Amino acid sequence: MSNSLRFKTSKFIDETYRVSFKFNNKTYFGFKGDTLASALLANGIHLVGRSFKYHRPRGIMTSGSEEPNAIIQLHDNSSRTEPNVRATEVEIYEGLVASSQNCWPNVNFDIGGINNLLSPILPAGFYYKTFMWPASFWEKYEYFIRKSAGLGKSPKVADPDIYEHNYIHCDVLIIGAGISGIIAAKMAAKNGFKTLLVDEKSYLGGSSIYDNSEFSKINNQITSSWLEKEINEISKLENLEIKTTTSIAAFHGYNFLLARENLTDHLPINQRNGKVRQKLLKIRAKKVITATGSIERPLIFDNNDRPGILLSSAIKKYIDLYGVACGENNILFTNNDTAYETALSLIQRGIKINAIIDNREQIDSKISYEVEKNNIKIYKGYSVVDTYGYKRINKISIMKLSKDGQKLIGEKIKLNCDCLGVSGGWTPAVHLFTQSGGKLKFREEDQVFIPEVYPSDQISIGSCNGDFSLDEVVKNTLSSIKKFLNIDNSEFKTIEIISGLNQSKRNIWLLPSDKSIGKTKSFVDYQNDATSKDIKLALREGFRSIEHVKRYTTTGMGTDQGKLGNMHALGIISETAGTKMGEHGTTTFRPPYTPLTFGAIVGRNVGEFFDIFRRTPIHDWHIANNAKFENVGQWKRAWYYPKKNENMHQAVQRESKAARDSAGILDASTLGKIDIQGTDASEFLNRVYTNAWSKLAIGKCRYGLMLNEDGMVYDDGVTTRLGENHYIMTTTTGGAANVLGKLEDYLQTEWPELDVYLSSVTDHYATISVCGPNSKKIVSKVIPDLNFSDEKFPHMSFKDSKINNIKCRVMRISFTGEHSYEINIQANYGKSVWEKCMEAGKDFNITPYGTETMHLLRAEKGFIIVGQDTDATMTPIDLQMDWIVSKKKYDFIGKRSLYRSDTIREDRKQLVGLLTENPDDVLEEGAQIVADIKKTPIEMLGHVTSSYYSPNLKKSIALGVVKGGKKMLGQKLIIPMENKNINVTVADPVFLDKEGERLNAKL
Amino acid sequence: MFLINCPFCGEREQSEFKAGGEAHIVRPKQPTELSDDEWAEYLFMRKNIKGVQFERWNHIHGCRKWFNMVRDTSNDQIKAVYKMGEKPPVK
Ligand SMILES: [Zn+2]
Repeated sequence: MSNSLRFKTSKFIDETYRVSFKFNNKTYFGFKGDTLASALLANGIHLVGRSFKYHRPRGIMTSGSEEPNAIIQLHDNSSRTEPNVRATEVEIYEGLVASSQNCWPNVNFDIGGINNLLSPILPAGFYYKTFMWPASFWEKYEYFIRKSAGLGKSPKVADPDIYEHNYIHCDVLIIGAGISGIIAAKMAAKNGFKTLLVDEKSYLGGSSIYDNSEFSKINNQITSSWLEKEINEISKLENLEIKTTTSIAAFHGYNFLLARENLTDHLPINQRNGKVRQKLLKIRAKKVITATGSIERPLIFDNNDRPGILLSSAIKKYIDLYGVACGENNILFTNNDTAYETALSLIQRGIKINAIIDNREQIDSKISYEVEKNNIKIYKGYSVVDTYGYKRINKISIMKLSKDGQKLIGEKIKLNCDCLGVSGGWTPAVHLFTQSGGKLKFREEDQVFIPEVYPSDQISIGSCNGDFSLDEVVKNTLSSIKKFLNIDNSEFKTIEIISGLNQSKRNIWLLPSDKSIGKTKSFVDYQNDATSKDIKLALREGFRSIEHVKRYTTTGMGTDQGKLGNMHALGIISETAGTKMGEHGTTTFRPPYTPLTFGAIVGRNVGEFFDIFRRTPIHDWHIANNAKFENVGQWKRAWYYPKKNENMHQAVQRESKAARDSAGILDASTLGKIDIQGTDASEFLNRVYTNAWSKLAIGKCRYGLMLNEDGMVYDDGVTTRLGENHYIMTTTTGGAANVLGKLEDYLQTEWPELDVYLSSVTDHYATISVCGPNSKKIVSKVIPDLNFSDEKFPHMSFKDSKINNIKCRVMRISFTGEHSYEINIQANYGKSVWEKCMEAGKDFNITPYGTETMHLLRAEKGFIIVGQDTDATMTPIDLQMDWIVSKKKYDFIGKRSLYRSDTIREDRKQLVGLLTENPDDVLEEGAQIVADIKKTPIEMLGHVTSSYYSPNLKKSIALGVVKGGKKMLGQKLIIPMENKNINVTVADPVFLDKEGERLNAKL
Repeated sequence: MFLINCPFCGEREQSEFKAGGEAHIVRPKQPTELSDDEWAEYLFMRKNIKGVQFERWNHIHGCRKWFNMVRDTSNDQIKAVYKMGEKPPVK
């Protein structure tokens, strides 16, 4: 490779290890240790993408996670493809493939670039104002906007990588391993605190680790050498854990933090298989030390976004850390001293600096004198007013600033360059601090927001706390950590700091232009193409709150969350509106600090672990017998058991008929079961169910309905009295946990005087229900010890018994209207008892049926399913279940609500049966019910809640809720469907065997 | 995510708990004697304070016990936890 841009001076680059990679389909070379950005720059490539709105050519701007422009698609088209990756953070490896993402058809010829020419008609709020009107056009616009805007592509196949979640508990968490973080880590760990130090970079030391200047020294050593020794020392400490390439994504209350640790992203693809790619760390720290440093500010001037314009600190890092020069003819533009450090790094390697443009009239620091000594022209009190060059900067023009900094004076001077470094001072990285709930204050003298009120046991140190000089950073870190950790020994003897920098700065948020503002493009948010003009327009249109300006102009709303330009937006707002900084609020920084992968968020909860499910003890039998399953709550329940080519309808018809003609068997193990004991158990049931319980004899079962305090049906089920002070309650499958929670709530908070204990025993028992005219014959064979005569064992009663010496409980209860028995046995015997029943039922065509048939059978009987025929607006009276509401009981949950003015309305929706005119028409559940289709708007009277074709009645049956339905028996109603109107008649919801002959038949 | 000091188990993650709304709303002993308005007051009306609020919490994935909490809803600082039936701490 031609490499006039690469300098063999960096300790961080392994020049013996050449790496080839592809960018936009072309092969390039870099070295191990390079980021994609440094390797591209070494190849002379600045243009890496197009801006979002105007599609202007954009280049690499920074060297870190704040990068707004170099946003790329990694691993084109492979299963690992990932959009919105910052080229400044990707370590290159052999075979890396990446491409520009915000351009179409390609980065050098971009069709959206026409937006740049149309920009006078693309002001702030353009998308809101134009494309939203007329609303019907949106579909047409959207296609082209999406195609040309392009925020990268999501992968089309499953992610092959493995991700993990880990919990970490520590005494002290230190975020950021720059110089202050390293000092803090040593102090904490050496004083016995279990310490975790994390940094988003792959190396420790932050920007000080490549600070080789003679002008900043610690104890008479060059900063980087001093720091290296310290890092070497702390890496041996036992109670210090260090994690690099680990970025804190979120800082929540109570010192709970989320971090993403990258483990394999730097490896060639073929070395990643079987390894964990990223870990999501859930960190709970007793104390948090935030040492996240600061982000250099750009300067806001006309055309400040051309490729080749970088932050001055990024130019320094590329040359010092990666040995890469960003240009051959450099100009630096600054309002403070840090650009002179960059200048010295360039001078040291003999890289040409054409000029330094400094906003300040007076510059008085050792390093500026050193730069001047090298015959570099410094334009003092000047500002850049424009830049030139389409795909790469080639020229700038500068003018002298007026005394107040608001105007330009004198002649315009043009200067050539291929790289412009800008420095607008530094913004403390307070993102994580504010995420944690911290409050900021504004420091007038250098125009920065710094931490003021800490919401938890935490502290900010170093430049994220507004300490910018090396002297302040080191000394304040020492003193505040001593105080924060309450320790005497700082572990550091006297520290002498020499620094050649002066902290003076001339802050001008929006630099003046010689053009009218309407003709300028001074970018505040590079990624979202928000300019100073847009912000001023928003203010003119009446926006004031920063949150509104932000949304209207989209400033700070890109994937970089405006890390570079938010401060300028605030500054321009306050200057334009004539208010104080912070008066309109600072923007809220929300997690994640840098984008998180979905993989890290879900960890191992993928595939079958995405949503855990519960299996009954008989599950394997259902699988072996071709059951189809449905999800009920977290349970997998057998839905139906198709034979050969049967579809669901055919299977359900067969199962339903068999259950009534001979025998059916259902796995009911999922029903919630709550064991209730205590001397007040009967009184407790009296209070929670609508019906009376005191007189239920031991050995008897009773159906109960439970309401919410607002009178609406909440759950139902059969409860059995096992003993004087012992009941077992069943609940719906989905409601079990909530019912238990509700009962505990009343017991613990309203009625603590009651002697009642509740235990969930749902998982303890398998429940097998055998129903049909032959059910008795079958269960008699399975449990020969038990007397099944109707006299001894009538409907709604229970018996203790044994199967092969294993205790079981048998209830004679029915949800189908058939003579039926429920066997409850210790869960691990469930499958074997089920198989015994199948064996015993062989001669009677015993037919396993699933939930669908169960629903059909109960609908024939008009039994409700809570949650299907009810929602949270149905009272027992609405359900025509007045019979179950005790008139005698003084109180029960929900009683008072049953005669509120609203619940006694006669036109409430009430449960009715529906029969179709054509018995073959099966209604759709959820279909709307109306009376009159001629009068518009058509009044909706209700909807269908359950609907089936009944093989036993040989006609379609349905349940529905209809306004005032109770009084409409026999009335004709209409179900309007897409293609036809179906005529129905309101009927009794009990369709089959209203007298209960089947239930009580002598078998 | 809060750390909640369950009065029965000690400090646990918030994910083990379920919030149960405003505390110290006693279910009327004789609901049938209340007017619709009085019953509605008990049933529906909650203060929803921005600031210090007395709340019910349940250690649902732990000991299943209900208890009371004093929390500043503006900054999520937990001022106190105490058992059901115990007197609320004075501000
Ligand atoms: Zn607990």
